[in-house]
Amino acid sequence: MTELTKHEPTTIYIKPTKGLAALNLRDLWTYRELIYFMVWRDVKVKYKQTLLGMAWAVVQPIMTMIVFTFVFDKVAKLPTEGIPYPVFSFTGLLPWGLFATALNQGSRSLVMHNNMVTKIYFPRLILPMSAVFAGLVDFFISFIILIGLMVYYKVTPAWGQLWTLPLFLVLALVTALGVALWLSAINVKYRDVNQALPFITQFWLLATPVAYSFSNLSKKAQLVLSLNPMTGVVNGFRWALLGTDTGPDLMFWISVGISLMIFVTGLFYFRSMERTFADTI
Amino acid sequence: MTIAISVRNLGKQYQIGAAETRFRYNLLRDVLVDTVYAPVRLAKAAIGKSDRRNNQNFVWALKDISFDVEEGRVLGIVGRNGAGKSTLLKILSRVTEPTEGTVSVRGRVGSLLEVGTGFHPELTGRENIYMNGAILGMKRTEIDKKFDEMVDFSEVGQFIDTPVKRYSSGMYLRLAFAVAAHLEPEILVVDEVLAVGDAEFQRKCLGKMNDVAQQGRTVLFVSHNMSAILRLTQESIVLKKGEMIKRAPTPEAVDFYLASGQAGSGERIWEADEIPASSAPFRPIRLLLKDRTGKIVDTVRSTEPVTVTWEYQLTAPITGLRVGMYLNTMRGEYVFTAFDTDDAKQYEQFGARQPGRYISCCTIPADFFNEGRYTLGVNASSFGVRRYFMDESAISFNVDISGAPGMQWPEIRQGPIRPRLDWKIEKLD
Repeated sequence: MTELTKHEPTTIYIKPTKGLAALNLRDLWTYRELIYFMVWRDVKVKYKQTLLGMAWAVVQPIMTMIVFTFVFDKVAKLPTEGIPYPVFSFTGLLPWGLFATALNQGSRSLVMHNNMVTKIYFPRLILPMSAVFAGLVDFFISFIILIGLMVYYKVTPAWGQLWTLPLFLVLALVTALGVALWLSAINVKYRDVNQALPFITQFWLLATPVAYSFSNLSKKAQLVLSLNPMTGVVNGFRWALLGTDTGPDLMFWISVGISLMIFVTGLFYFRSMERTFADTI
Repeated sequence: MTIAISVRNLGKQYQIGAAETRFRYNLLRDVLVDTVYAPVRLAKAAIGKSDRRNNQNFVWALKDISFDVEEGRVLGIVGRNGAGKSTLLKILSRVTEPTEGTVSVRGRVGSLLEVGTGFHPELTGRENIYMNGAILGMKRTEIDKKFDEMVDFSEVGQFIDTPVKRYSSGMYLRLAFAVAAHLEPEILVVDEVLAVGDAEFQRKCLGKMNDVAQQGRTVLFVSHNMSAILRLTQESIVLKKGEMIKRAPTPEAVDFYLASGQAGSGERIWEADEIPASSAPFRPIRLLLKDRTGKIVDTVRSTEPVTVTWEYQLTAPITGLRVGMYLNTMRGEYVFTAFDTDDAKQYEQFGARQPGRYISCCTIPADFFNEGRYTLGVNASSFGVRRYFMDESAISFNVDISGAPGMQWPEIRQGPIRPRLDWKIEKLD
């Protein structure tokens, strides 16, 4: 108590917000430790009481890669710009895995933590944000596997543009967060989102050049696919890591634009719905 | 004195549909159907047959509330269920937004309504303290500093590094409360937390609250427990249907609250859609809780008898029927079970009942209940044949123990009943 009297307590004004809500990023900064704790908890709890533990982070993408290799390489014999198919698909699976986890966990985050939402004040943005960041740990573990795969298949990385990789990672996070903001806010009111998520994820995977090569598609197909922000991310990853000819071009920037649009509108939609979360959840 | 909380014309409107979503989620399908019908509704409105739903969809949970609380005061908030007490606390702790009006709050608001929020069963006690502390808005350094104190307070001792899923419910609760109690906010709001935990723990909570108040911090205390309100607060406000109907020194406010009609809440009416089809031919109508004067009450004085009346209808004859009740404490312990045909003579006369409307009514004597909250459940069955209807929590009510035996000692008495026993004291030599 003695400590409390030392500084003048800040006065908080509570009143109904109208129209487009302000983003209130300062509040988010005050609560930055909570983001850290939430991520830490998610990671810590995720593989508790499992036999394989953290190994699941490795098993899942490897199994998918093996299935892809069998179906698309051995059976369908898809061209991969001269890169061994396992490396080719794993490079795509890496950002995809991050995106899929973030999308699923992020979209369910508010509903999953409804006891927090209905009882305590904190910037609600923290929930989808920490769900998205928690996927990063799995991502880095898979990344080590990818390095192993590249060494094994003797694939030389594209040294010249490797530095751009973190930028594509950020793009993947922004995209995932943008979609998660929309879906988590909708999910508060309409639980249809929970039902639709597996389908959305599956459909989205097919609409992203993870298993197949973007460069081998027709111009028309490429244009359609570039409306999908994850196309830009996956292509970017391959370009930065493997030096495929899918470097940033007009279609990439379309992807980026759409991603940013989803993110910014999602942010405002989320903030404007936030005032009723505790009442409707 | 500085003003710690200033509330001006505060109002909160809820959409009735929103409350229902807890049970039936809003489905996109419903909205789509609704959208399709929108033009029909508009057309109806245009020709004067306005849709009733439009006006009935909103209720005011709080309306035009204004008050100030000076720093360091302990303010009690009383009112029956649905009076808006929790809504008010939720607005003050910024969980939900008001629809109109403003509040200014000086300092951090901590509430004991959030006890254990964010606790994860797989994490250890230590990890949960950090997690929960962060959720409540504590800085990491702050938690470090108070960590030992919290562990002491919670009495979990050596189990601090055990996952909390292995804790007993008492340990879990104590740990959760320890974190919330050490938040040290400038303003503390306490809501009904006293309904959980054992008597020893409740005593500890009240003690902590008292400490907080003595340190000169502001406390808002919501409870159904009038003696706790009387003991801990100097001043109280009374809420009724979202409006503030009284603000006065606590003894006066409590008297006003107990005296003002509590009608409606000591009553349970079963709507047609609440009765399962399987209960036919038994149909419950309503259950009433009445005080000595015949007034329907939701707060019972332990020094007075209380009458329980259950009205029901039989649509076909039933043989071997017994209609009765269970009394439970809020912690789920059974206090007793009793049926209207327990008496052999009654059973002879009413074991077989013809179709028609009935009431079964009994009186629970004075000096029976202890302090706290109880739940009354009802049951209609034919022994060994069939259970027609059961509602395990038909009504809950509070007991006010002013005038009960042993009140000269301000302590919590163990046990669900508090009989007035005929003590004799003799000096032997």
